[in-house]
Amino acid sequence: MVLEVADLQDLFNVLSARGYQLAGPTVRDGAIVYDHLASVQDLPVGWSDEQEGGTYRLRRRNDDALLGFAVGPHSWKKFLLPPVMTLWRAKRSHNGFKAVDKPEKAPRYAFIGVRSCELHAIAIQDRVFLKGPYTDTVYLTSREDVFIVAANCGQASGTCFCVSMETGPRATSGFDLALTEVLAGERHYFLLEIGTERGAEVLAEVEHREATAEEEREADRVVARTAARMGRTMETTDIKNLLYRNREHPRWDDVAGRCLTCGNCTMVCPTCFCATVEDMTDLKGEEAQRVRKWDSCFTMDFSYIHGGSIRASPQSRYRQWMTHKLATWIDQFGTSGCVGCGRCITWCPVAIDITEEVRAVRASEGTAATTPRRADERGEEI
Amino acid sequence: MIRGLETLLAEHPFFKGLEPTYLSFIAGCGANVTFQAGEYIFREGDPADHFYIIRHGKVQREIFAPERGPLPIDTLAAGDVLGWSWLFPPYRRFSDARALELTRAIALDGACLRDKCDEDHHLGYELMRRLAPLAMKRLQAMMLQFLDLYGHARTS
Amino acid sequence: MVMLERPDVALADPMTPRPYRVRRVRRETGDVSTLWLEPVEDAAKRFAPGQFNMLYTFGVGEVPISISGEFSPPGGLMHTVRGVGPVSIALCRSKRGDVLGVRGPFGRGWPIDDASGRDVVIVTGGIGLAPLRPAVEQLLAQRERYGRIVLLYGGRTPHDLLYQRELGRWRSRFDLEVEITVDAASVGWRGYVGLVTTLIPRAVFDPSDAIAFVCGPEVMMRFTVAELQDRGVSPESIYISMERNMKCAVGLCGHCQFGPTFICKDGPVFRYDRVAPLLRTREL
Repeated sequence: MVLEVADLQDLFNVLSARGYQLAGPTVRDGAIVYDHLASVQDLPVGWSDEQEGGTYRLRRRNDDALLGFAVGPHSWKKFLLPPVMTLWRAKRSHNGFKAVDKPEKAPRYAFIGVRSCELHAIAIQDRVFLKGPYTDTVYLTSREDVFIVAANCGQASGTCFCVSMETGPRATSGFDLALTEVLAGERHYFLLEIGTERGAEVLAEVEHREATAEEEREADRVVARTAARMGRTMETTDIKNLLYRNREHPRWDDVAGRCLTCGNCTMVCPTCFCATVEDMTDLKGEEAQRVRKWDSCFTMDFSYIHGGSIRASPQSRYRQWMTHKLATWIDQFGTSGCVGCGRCITWCPVAIDITEEVRAVRASEGTAATTPRRADERGEEI
Repeated sequence: MIRGLETLLAEHPFFKGLEPTYLSFIAGCGANVTFQAGEYIFREGDPADHFYIIRHGKVQREIFAPERGPLPIDTLAAGDVLGWSWLFPPYRRFSDARALELTRAIALDGACLRDKCDEDHHLGYELMRRLAPLAMKRLQAMMLQFLDLYGHARTS
Repeated sequence: MVMLERPDVALADPMTPRPYRVRRVRRETGDVSTLWLEPVEDAAKRFAPGQFNMLYTFGVGEVPISISGEFSPPGGLMHTVRGVGPVSIALCRSKRGDVLGVRGPFGRGWPIDDASGRDVVIVTGGIGLAPLRPAVEQLLAQRERYGRIVLLYGGRTPHDLLYQRELGRWRSRFDLEVEITVDAASVGWRGYVGLVTTLIPRAVFDPSDAIAFVCGPEVMMRFTVAELQDRGVSPESIYISMERNMKCAVGLCGHCQFGPTFICKDGPVFRYDRVAPLLRTREL
């Protein structure tokens, strides 16, 4: 199917009419972030981004592409796993404890422009929150309702490596509709793919037509170009055992010399899900509430138990994050926790590159640099 | 002037009075080693095949407790013997040992010595005769440490 | 007086505490108290020894506390708490009639079924006896199923020993061996002095077929396991109970991770051989 760029607003209107709150990329504060959208004009029309380790910059394109950029600091977990969420409120009373108000129900979202890596990230979080012995019922409710309009990337950034992680750039499942933006000569259109019945129903109300073979080929070319321009690669062969074997590798000390434990990587990572639970009360002690908030394994608090933190050193905290993301996640949830979006590399203030760290461990495994010191060196005293 | 290991051993109080043939053999199982300040000499659970006669420097034995970090248990310096687990099965290190400052020691191959002691019981006796009092003294000191003497000192 | 009723809004269920009233509080030692809690509503949940609950004091917070036993009104729970932070101290200070919140039971408990026909060796230190008390009670309730049962318990000083009354009862039985030791004692103590590991070589049990349950500070567990192995107990027959920071207790917040395991749902009881390499890694 093909949708002309002029008709994209109709798609937005149909979704709004069905009660969806549109959310998607928009320019704000010098970056492309995810926020509520009112119209197509809110999209970053004519904007692109330049990303490298520790670097993010917007730049103007010389065309009017609506989705001509890679991913920014936000991910969809902003909506599915709200950073601050009240779990319950309660009030003391003579007869008991009563709920004071119902927590606000999240709007029904339509996500516009979800990248393939992000679809994988959402699927990964689905496994965490919906497939374990306990289900997060709030996540389930928001998740079931979400309408997803995916976007096949026309742009790879300097830190992208979805190809290595086999998570893109083409979206293959998990969407209601998928768009590939094509700008060719005078033409500006979206190649559309239908993912679900719900997607087909929505599309039925929007002006569209069958795609020609040439239009499909053009869209394929867009995606192929993106795949060829990945900024990074990650060798994933036996990565779980590699990291399990090397928990004492000196590279962790090396990273610790650079890592500020600022936690940016965990905030921008689309799969990081760690949260803390805080209980609070009003000044009179009459009303209590429990709030869930995003947390990060990089804080000293995270592993604190009576008297001290288990992971006191920055080295142990970086090791925890990286080993969890690339190795223990596989044992816990059956897939890698990393989708190759590159955000952690871009948003690290000191440009620590997870692909480089893996490379370094792999390269120096078992060499002189890592062999534990043997005490029997022959030497004579002078 | 380069001084051989045998000479160093002969001068060390631990080996005082040991027959020269034994000294020679032991020197054959030994090597000079140096540890930098902060370097771990061995870790809890490591296989224990060597023991060390400290020539100079300072070594701290530690036990790592989660959320507390490495807890010092005792300190060894020049003249002390580091490492006892090589003597008896399961030949596994009881604690961590870390050099607190630049430390030079003679590393002795405990596995080699064990075999030799099995063949030559007199050597075994001579080694045990030197090692046992060191162990006993250390144990006695620790027992006194446990009495928490300072905690009960009178303030007046 | 605070009474908690079930809120009438369907909230994220495993995160909502159920109300329990404090029936009794017993001071065990300086900073340790045992609470007897009974459910305000009838929904009593069965628990397995070794599991824990999240105990909530209104507006203050929640902490994971192992279940130390049950008592007569169905669903009555015993919890032994050490006051080390604001929540646990508040729990220790609760009084009869106070209402606390309980979520749980969570986690994997001691594999008591696997102990059938075998000698059972229980080694605990300090407050480590708390999660093993219900295991002892369950073993004794069906005594004929098991071989010899040995309890080795180490405390800091004689004043820090928990459950003095139960210990007395257990010691007076002929079908249970109880040995107690302390790290430090003052004049008058005639019992053993020394780390609990020193009791292992002398304990009477058959290592080739024994099952061991170990609970205490991690360092104590490390050295206890080494002693048990030296006596010939295989690492697949030794079980330990681990502890890490916990928030949600349902495997969704990430805090209690220990290598690839979540202590709240894969533990807190683990078979030793499965976690041995993790225990050897510092700051994991």
